[in-house]
Amino acid sequence: MDIVFRDVEHRYQINTPFEKRALYDIHVDIRSGSYVAVIGHTGSGKSTLLQHFNGLLQPTKGTVHLGDYTIVAGKKEKHLKPLRKKVGIVFQFPEHQLFEETVEKDICFGPMNFGMSEQEAKARVGEWLALVGLPEEVRHKSPFALSGGQMRRVAIAGVLAMEPEVLVLDEPTAGLDPRGRKEMMDMFANLQRQKKMTIVLVTHSMEEAARYADDIIIMHRGTIVRRGTPEQIFRNVDDLIHLGLDVPETVLFQRAIEQKFGIQFPEPCLTIEDVERSLQTLFTRVKRI
Amino acid sequence: MNGMIIGKYVPGDSFIHRLDPRTKLLLMFIYVFIVFLANNGWTYGILTLFTCLLLFLSRIPFSFMIRGLKPVLWVIVFTFFLHVLLTKEGHIVFQWLGIEVYDKAIQQGAFISLRFLLLIVVTTLLTLTTTPIEVTDGMESLLSPLKKWNVPVHELALMMSISLRFIPTLMEETEKIMKAQTARGVDFSSGPLQERMKAMTALLVPLFISAFKRAEELAVAMEVRGYRGSQNRTKWRELTWGRIDTAFMLFIGLLAIALWLLRS
Ligand SMILES: Nc1ncnc2c1ncn2[C@@H]1O[C@H](COP(=O)(O)OP(=O)(O)O)[C@@H](O)[C@H]1O
Ligand SMILES: [Mg+2]
Repeated sequence: MDIVFRDVEHRYQINTPFEKRALYDIHVDIRSGSYVAVIGHTGSGKSTLLQHFNGLLQPTKGTVHLGDYTIVAGKKEKHLKPLRKKVGIVFQFPEHQLFEETVEKDICFGPMNFGMSEQEAKARVGEWLALVGLPEEVRHKSPFALSGGQMRRVAIAGVLAMEPEVLVLDEPTAGLDPRGRKEMMDMFANLQRQKKMTIVLVTHSMEEAARYADDIIIMHRGTIVRRGTPEQIFRNVDDLIHLGLDVPETVLFQRAIEQKFGIQFPEPCLTIEDVERSLQTLFTRVKRI
Repeated sequence: MNGMIIGKYVPGDSFIHRLDPRTKLLLMFIYVFIVFLANNGWTYGILTLFTCLLLFLSRIPFSFMIRGLKPVLWVIVFTFFLHVLLTKEGHIVFQWLGIEVYDKAIQQGAFISLRFLLLIVVTTLLTLTTTPIEVTDGMESLLSPLKKWNVPVHELALMMSISLRFIPTLMEETEKIMKAQTARGVDFSSGPLQERMKAMTALLVPLFISAFKRAEELAVAMEVRGYRGSQNRTKWRELTWGRIDTAFMLFIGLLAIALWLLRS
């Protein structure tokens, strides 16, 4: 499912003294099957943007094309349910949406709302638990008896169970421990590879964006200011610093080396592995001299 | 959710915004009584004029007020029709399908709806121009004589300010949870009763859990900072009663006298 935004604007509480323009001049194309990271400061409009992906918010100007759906500003769209099945959104702190008595029931809630039978949903709970890395024992426990990280996983499993084509994630790893983060990010990357899901990830971690995304969107004060592949985005370190954003540690390290030795690496080092490779070539060159 | 304006503060620097909160509370209190003095065209006219003046002085956009009143509008319309249909005084204006409508009934219906509308406008105006903190400070100050009879005025005021403070938070929370559940295929606005009940559980359970959690966190935060009621507490924000407050109260007194004299 391709996603196309054309000249989208969103104002909250339009025509009141509280009116607030949260998005403007948004033009985006997200190809089916790609992995896009959205980066920006708190308040730059990332969450507002995401909520346009399944019609929870509708633009106050412009159009949003979501597969076969076209949402035009000013026209109230109904019958969005089929769209919401195709676009799963994991909100910030999704554990706040849990409500059932057991983990099993909570995970089955989404798929059953979209028409899956209870038997089928229950039969597949094991599969979804395994997907998010939870043991089978939690199935009949109350979600509220779990740890924070486990609750987060249950909530994410509840969205994955809807088997969406597009998975939208709003800071899914905020507040998790480093290992939990890595596991979760690897899982999303697998979903993209194996199930051909389109993934849109909002994150504050430049490392995550650099490592996993095919494409990065940078938002600043309600609009998109940069768009490109991680290599393109992180080649311009000063630009990022100018926008007040963090730069991945690896890129900073690369820059320090480059300045110290007066050399230039051909590619930005986005991961530890990239750094390793670059240093290796550097050392072999030094040895030859 | 966004239509609700009662309880929302609109920042501003108008004459009404600058009045002492005690003045505004007293105004509201007195207004509730003087509204009942009005009983004819003249008195209702004066009262309406006064209310419009308040609205004008507050610089709250008229359209904003109207939109905020929409949720209560049907109550007002209902009141009007109830009076029109049930009051049987004066002359019959018209008859239709055995329903007789009297002229006094229309007049009374109109007056009572207007009274209701004016009351709501004034109360809304108070909350739109006064921060919740000011309201509670004002309340505490006005009620402080009751401390002599061991009424826990400070604690009551604190309870009130906490509730007022958390209304927007709860609304926000409600909206967030509704969005999250909508994304999971819940339909809050239509569907059979059983599904609606399920939808309400999916909203209310998370909402209650977060409210309890918040309450507990707040209690702990207050305790670690050594909060223990009103004993020996001083205030950071002191209320100051200015000359315009006295003038305004005198003006309301005059208004009450005028209404008293003009009522029939
Ligand atoms: N429900 C809302 N009502 C009014 N304003 C909002 C609402 N949600 C967000 N905003 C405002 O819109 C802007 C963008 O917010 P948001 O999309 O949440 O940013 P981010 O997710 O990047 O932190 C912020 O200034 C925020 O205050
Ligand atoms: Mg956000």
